[in-house]
Amino acid sequence: MNVSRYLKNIILAELFVPVLLLTIGIYHGLMQVIYRAGVIHQASVAKLDYYQGLTLHGVINAIVLTTFFAVAFGHATIAFFLKQEPGRKASLLSLLLMVIGTLMAAAAMLSGKASVLYTFYPPLKAHPAFYIGTAMLIVGSWVAYWDWAVIYVRWKRGHREENTPLAVIGTLVNFTIWFVCTLAVAYEVLVLLVPWSLGWTAGVNVMLARTLFWFFGHALVYFWLLPAYIMFYTMLPKLAGGKLYSGTAGRIAFFLFLLFSIPIGVHHQFGEPSIGRGVKLTQSLLTFAVAIPSFITAFTIAASLEHAAWLRGGRGLYSWIWKLPFFRKDVFLFGYLINGLILFIFGGLTGLVNASYSLNNTVHNTSFIPGHFHLTVAGPVFLAILGMSIFLVSQLTGKKIYLPAINTIIPYLWTVGVLIFSAGLMWGGLMGEPRRTNMGLTYLNPASEQYHPYWVISSMLGLAGGGIMFAAGFLYFIVFFGTFFRKRSAASMIDFPVSESLHEEKRIPLFDTFRPWLVVMGFIIFMAYLPAISDALNNTGKKAPPYLPTDPTPIVTKKP
Amino acid sequence: MIDKYERNVIIVALLLSALFIFSLFYAMGARKADVTECLPYDKSYETARVNQIDKSTYQIFYVARMWSFEPAITYIPVGSEVDLFLTSQDVVHGFDIYNKNVNLMGVPGGVAKTTVRFDQPGVYKVVCHEFCGTGHQNMQAEIIVNYPKK
Ligand SMILES: [Cu+2]
Repeated sequence: MNVSRYLKNIILAELFVPVLLLTIGIYHGLMQVIYRAGVIHQASVAKLDYYQGLTLHGVINAIVLTTFFAVAFGHATIAFFLKQEPGRKASLLSLLLMVIGTLMAAAAMLSGKASVLYTFYPPLKAHPAFYIGTAMLIVGSWVAYWDWAVIYVRWKRGHREENTPLAVIGTLVNFTIWFVCTLAVAYEVLVLLVPWSLGWTAGVNVMLARTLFWFFGHALVYFWLLPAYIMFYTMLPKLAGGKLYSGTAGRIAFFLFLLFSIPIGVHHQFGEPSIGRGVKLTQSLLTFAVAIPSFITAFTIAASLEHAAWLRGGRGLYSWIWKLPFFRKDVFLFGYLINGLILFIFGGLTGLVNASYSLNNTVHNTSFIPGHFHLTVAGPVFLAILGMSIFLVSQLTGKKIYLPAINTIIPYLWTVGVLIFSAGLMWGGLMGEPRRTNMGLTYLNPASEQYHPYWVISSMLGLAGGGIMFAAGFLYFIVFFGTFFRKRSAASMIDFPVSESLHEEKRIPLFDTFRPWLVVMGFIIFMAYLPAISDALNNTGKKAPPYLPTDPTPIVTKKP
Repeated sequence: MIDKYERNVIIVALLLSALFIFSLFYAMGARKADVTECLPYDKSYETARVNQIDKSTYQIFYVARMWSFEPAITYIPVGSEVDLFLTSQDVVHGFDIYNKNVNLMGVPGGVAKTTVRFDQPGVYKVVCHEFCGTGHQNMQAEIIVNYPKK
């Protein structure tokens, strides 16, 4: 399908800006494993402090890149599947808000005035530009969502008896989750944190702020993940040379995400005071419910891949696997997606460990957690983003991929790196290795009184894996920017590989409508979060004044 | 409406989840593995101290602040059961005891509580595992179980 020059430029900007910033994000990823492994015993290198780098790594990789990509990919899927381009004013406004917000937050982080990590952590205080900038980034993505919702409603009116394309269901489900969960963090930022960081209010209820943050914080993970799921369902079977085993399963999975992605955030707060055990247990159980759509996806995609391999002549219980197009340059997206799926098997299983009510005690806030979430976020999420960004840039600019052989290898190299890295972190975590800590200064510095020798080998594995990941990331930048700045050789277009369904599927109205699902979603969130928020309000004894990360005394605010 | 295999797979997924949930309740009941209790805040928790209730029962009230725990070193006899209380005077801190299933968050205005038994002698190191500022990596404490004899 042809795209207008206007939409093409919007999407390209939404890919170029975050990938450019990602160079900083990935550099700080490498620096962290070096600090943590005790190779350097310093607080900062090249004037960039460890914790500042950690903030840049988290915010750029996990919020800026993912949000920009989700909007860019959403524009592409809506335009491609509904044959209707997003509105010009809305998409420009959305892009501007996101870029300006990102620049504000980046300026605050790079000047060292916002080293509060990506979870905000009140009562540690950042510069107001950091909070306002991230809020603008989020609002920018809302604008795109509202525009698509209008396009969808209009399309639906003209196609009442037709099944909405699965990719469109996925995109709208994803942004609905995003919109609902970011309302909580918008409240936290705009009502609690910004007035407090400007000195207008004296204290902040830390438990309330944390609870609101995690209302958003776990659903966020699904916001990252669902674009990858959309690719798994609608593109991967086609790339493998087959068909999608069950489209209905995909619809069920997406709607289950709508129900269960949000009311489970308290499973990040098992170690925290002021929230009752009953709330913690309930949300732990709900977390198992959200594992079900992932199981459904794993089985459906595996069946689709097996079917594709059989069509290619594969046989046997397992040996069919080798018939899949792992290293074919023309379907390079397959390599990115299949590696993402492999990592996600481990990512999902370790996630169930974290979310398990009492098992969480062993791993909470240890390096097991980043070990786990790199298997998911640096796994299916990141690989889908890398692969799709190269795919879209090549198609939209009409330029051939630069170094296609390297491009095919990148996801495999990355996966090897992530597996080693995460194995090291998770092993260390089981031995109590803390996350978000400059261990090179103390625990892994033989000159320090706090030297803990237990974590030497595990953090060395982290360093080895992180080094391989950095190499793969570096190659990706070469391919991405190389393609971007090549000579144009074809017309610009979007042409996704589209998987057909294996069986003929009748339209089931329940799985093609949002309203009943939204009602149930609202009900479950209300039941799960009302007691959590009331606990946070009622059992917290005092509010906290702002602190700077560098100073153990609070910032005294003077009223002018 | 749904493919036969697809339906079976959904059933397997549900059964697997049920198994996980069963294990979770088993751990809570038989192994007494539980998460932080919810206690209403009271100013008295901000005084760091160790109380001995009887021969083998202790209470330790920890206060976390940038960047140390109080009491920094505690002596406890082997075989004691200890109620740990934790609060913070400034920002959010973490509290993880190496080799023990204790993992708490110190939040200003909140009181985290858990119970732990020390059956083996040794020096148990406590590290702060939640980012709490530039001195975060220096923040630690020790629980010395029967060693040296006090
Ligand atoms: Cu601390």
